[in-house]
Amino acid sequence: MSGGVDVSGRTDVSGGTDVSLVRVTDLSVEFGDLRAVDGLSFGLARGAALALVGESGSGKSTVASALLGLHRGTGARVGGSIEVAGTDVQQASEDELRRLRGAKAAMVFQDPLSSLDPYYAIGDQIAEVYRVHTRVSRRAARARAVDVLDRVGIPDAVRRSRSRPHEFSGGMRQRALIAMALACEPDLLIADEPTTALDVTVQAQILDLLHTLREETGMGLLLVTHDVGVAAESVDEVLVMRHGRSVEHGPVADVLSAPAQTYTRELLAAVPRVDARRIAAKAGEETAAAVPAVSVVEDAGAASAVSATENAEGVPDGPPEATGHVVLEATGLRREFGRGKRTFAAVDDVSLTIRRGETLGVVGESGSGKTTLGRMLVGLLEPTAGEVRYDGHARVGVHPAVQMVFQDPVSSLNPRRSVGESIADPLRARGEKDEQRIRGRVTELLERVGLEGAHYDRYPHEFSGGQRQRVGIARALAADPRVIVCDEPVSALDVTTQAQVVALLGELQRELGLVLVFVAHDLAVVRQVSDRVAVMRRGRIVESGPADEVYDNPQDPYTKQLLAAVPSLDPQVAARRRAARRELAAA
Amino acid sequence: MSGFSGFLVRRAIGTVVTLLAISVIVYVVFYATPGNVAQITCGPRCSPEQVHQVAQQLRLDDPLYVRYWHFLEGLVAGQDYSTGTSVEHCPAPCLGLSYQSDRQVMDIILTKLPVSLSLVLGAMVLWLVLGVGTGVLSAWRRGRFTERLLTALTLAGWATPVFVIGLVLMIVVCGELQLLPFPQYVKFTDDPEQWAWNLLLPWLSLALIEAAAFARLTRASMLETLAEDHIRTFRAYGVAERSIVGRHALRGALAPVIALNANNVGSAIGGAVLTETLFGLPGIGQELVHAVNVVDLPVVVGMVLVIGFFVVLANAVADVLYAVADRRVVLT
Repeated sequence: MSGGVDVSGRTDVSGGTDVSLVRVTDLSVEFGDLRAVDGLSFGLARGAALALVGESGSGKSTVASALLGLHRGTGARVGGSIEVAGTDVQQASEDELRRLRGAKAAMVFQDPLSSLDPYYAIGDQIAEVYRVHTRVSRRAARARAVDVLDRVGIPDAVRRSRSRPHEFSGGMRQRALIAMALACEPDLLIADEPTTALDVTVQAQILDLLHTLREETGMGLLLVTHDVGVAAESVDEVLVMRHGRSVEHGPVADVLSAPAQTYTRELLAAVPRVDARRIAAKAGEETAAAVPAVSVVEDAGAASAVSATENAEGVPDGPPEATGHVVLEATGLRREFGRGKRTFAAVDDVSLTIRRGETLGVVGESGSGKTTLGRMLVGLLEPTAGEVRYDGHARVGVHPAVQMVFQDPVSSLNPRRSVGESIADPLRARGEKDEQRIRGRVTELLERVGLEGAHYDRYPHEFSGGQRQRVGIARALAADPRVIVCDEPVSALDVTTQAQVVALLGELQRELGLVLVFVAHDLAVVRQVSDRVAVMRRGRIVESGPADEVYDNPQDPYTKQLLAAVPSLDPQVAARRRAARRELAAA
Repeated sequence: MSGFSGFLVRRAIGTVVTLLAISVIVYVVFYATPGNVAQITCGPRCSPEQVHQVAQQLRLDDPLYVRYWHFLEGLVAGQDYSTGTSVEHCPAPCLGLSYQSDRQVMDIILTKLPVSLSLVLGAMVLWLVLGVGTGVLSAWRRGRFTERLLTALTLAGWATPVFVIGLVLMIVVCGELQLLPFPQYVKFTDDPEQWAWNLLLPWLSLALIEAAAFARLTRASMLETLAEDHIRTFRAYGVAERSIVGRHALRGALAPVIALNANNVGSAIGGAVLTETLFGLPGIGQELVHAVNVVDLPVVVGMVLVIGFFVVLANAVADVLYAVADRRVVLT
């Protein structure tokens, strides 16, 4: 170690050998021909926190697994040296590795449901892990499990320790995994996307919990995340990764406020900000604003005064509130699932109107009923009560003018049919039989969404996530719709791709005069695309109004809670918000 | 426990409906079968008058629904049969009398069923232990020599017909080595020890083949479970591979094994004809084949119903086991 390069420089000033918790030098990981990690070096001092930030495929999760030697026996080739809590991971025997895993360095995974064994009680699983590393009785291990579950904030831990994972909510499961990590009091916690599968309010709770635990135990944290906001909330240092290499590494405040590298700047620019107004859309809408203005005169002349005053107040892109022609209207929508005693209403008495040229954002956490609402608007689900009116006429079933773009661009395209065939489906459904015309129209659509006409005969697996979502959009456009309901259209995409797809939707809306319903859980994305916003909770709309009003001056306590939970890119703001959340929780 | 008793009631109703449907199908199939049943039953040397008498006695000239109704009556209320000289009472549930022997079908079943149950349940224990054990071992030792050897053996076991294994076992064990006498069925109630010794070879030959299927299924299902996320969690926490395979992966891999076992036990009760014939075991399978050959309708219906009952029962037990193994399963 004396002759080694001191990669952790800044933090390793005392010169003692014991200060460094993680020391990674020239790490490379190869899977077959793919070099997932390429010459990466970093260090982590005891008690410090580092985030590995990057988009999908950047190799960040691979690094996390390599720290525990999890690539052993999988056929991956790992080069360079890895030292974690005094163990040389590359040279260690199987037994030495097992003593490291869980005891000195514990890992928390992304999906807390699939990361726990569905067949055993949660307390038993924690006790099992504890007994691997300590020679204690079953009873003592079980008591320890209850202890740590209590510590991570599981209420009634004695009873709940006997529950199986499916009886826990997502947030509770992640707490349980963190409890498992805490059981042996490790020096290092490796958290691989620990909050990605969670709702934003739950995410804030988990990040706060990690923060508190770090304060109390002094353990180091290596956080792997794609979400720059999550990193800003949780760590001292950040390392931006791309294509398996380090792009930029430094204190979190410096990297986020004054990024030195172009890629970091691009990445940060693509992150949607919940506290920023719709800047991107403004430029384009100056021309588009004229379109609804015409209809104002035609349809509701009296209401034009509203937009006039808005203009006078210097809000040129004010939403066409109460002005444009009502395209889609829902009244008293209700949808129940289940039978008998188990009946519950996923959507309960929701009414909304959507006007020409407008984007309505529907935002809510999982289980809020937003997807069910979206499907009823399109006609894929029949409402239990209430009705959907399109262009003033009550509508039953699907209508070609109302189309949908789905969340998962992988599973919403048939993998065995070419993308051209998928896009042509709505045309054929409409009775178009002329192959030449179909091909011509599909080519036009492909080009319209930024792909090439030659992609007609390719299959979905040949495209990236963002491209597949473009195909999904092209398919929705094929029927010449006036309304497109987008259900989480960008939540499966990286931020830079996300920004591109959002920009495409905005462009199409302006050019084709589309009405967009944008259903999403991400508050920042929704703000960036919406004129008006409806916040859903437990099947009801708790608050709705012009986007800026709702975001800048939320009225409903739930909306306030949601907005307070969104991670901030500014570590100082994040710290203030955390303090505020603690006060709220204490009160 | 209201959920469980509800499950039992629903299953019982389902079983009755299934069995009634099976009996209707058997009646229709046999009604449509060509050939003079009365002639076959009476024998080749019967005069036309005798054949006519038999036909009347067996009510063969009645329309199908009358005969079926008669059968249902017997099931619910019992039946009196005239056997020419005397009248025999057949108490409910009465499955009728055999055309061939005039014995009550219920009696025949009660003598044959213990033999089949002895054979199948004993063999089941063996095939589960051998099959699941082999499967677990090859999943644990995946990619190594042990696994390749086991895979080759199970494939060979699967491909070998039961009469080959059975014959080889008999010739070697009973003939050459004279370790065991040639098998002969002894009732469990008469002498449990002799019962087990005599059934050892039939058990082995039936189990070896079934075990091969179980080994392959267990291995495949374990490998699938081993690729799941929660297995990665326990690896990342330093749990030894032995416990990961034996505790976490096995539990996750059990569901398809339970399903296959239910099917195999159910069908082997009536379907282990080869094994029964080879070892001279007077079981359900043998009797059924004989009854079909002589168009002995009451016996066929009775046997088919018994087999159907055990298939349904085995599947109900499997459903309960699913729920025990995996708490997420709700019995309905």
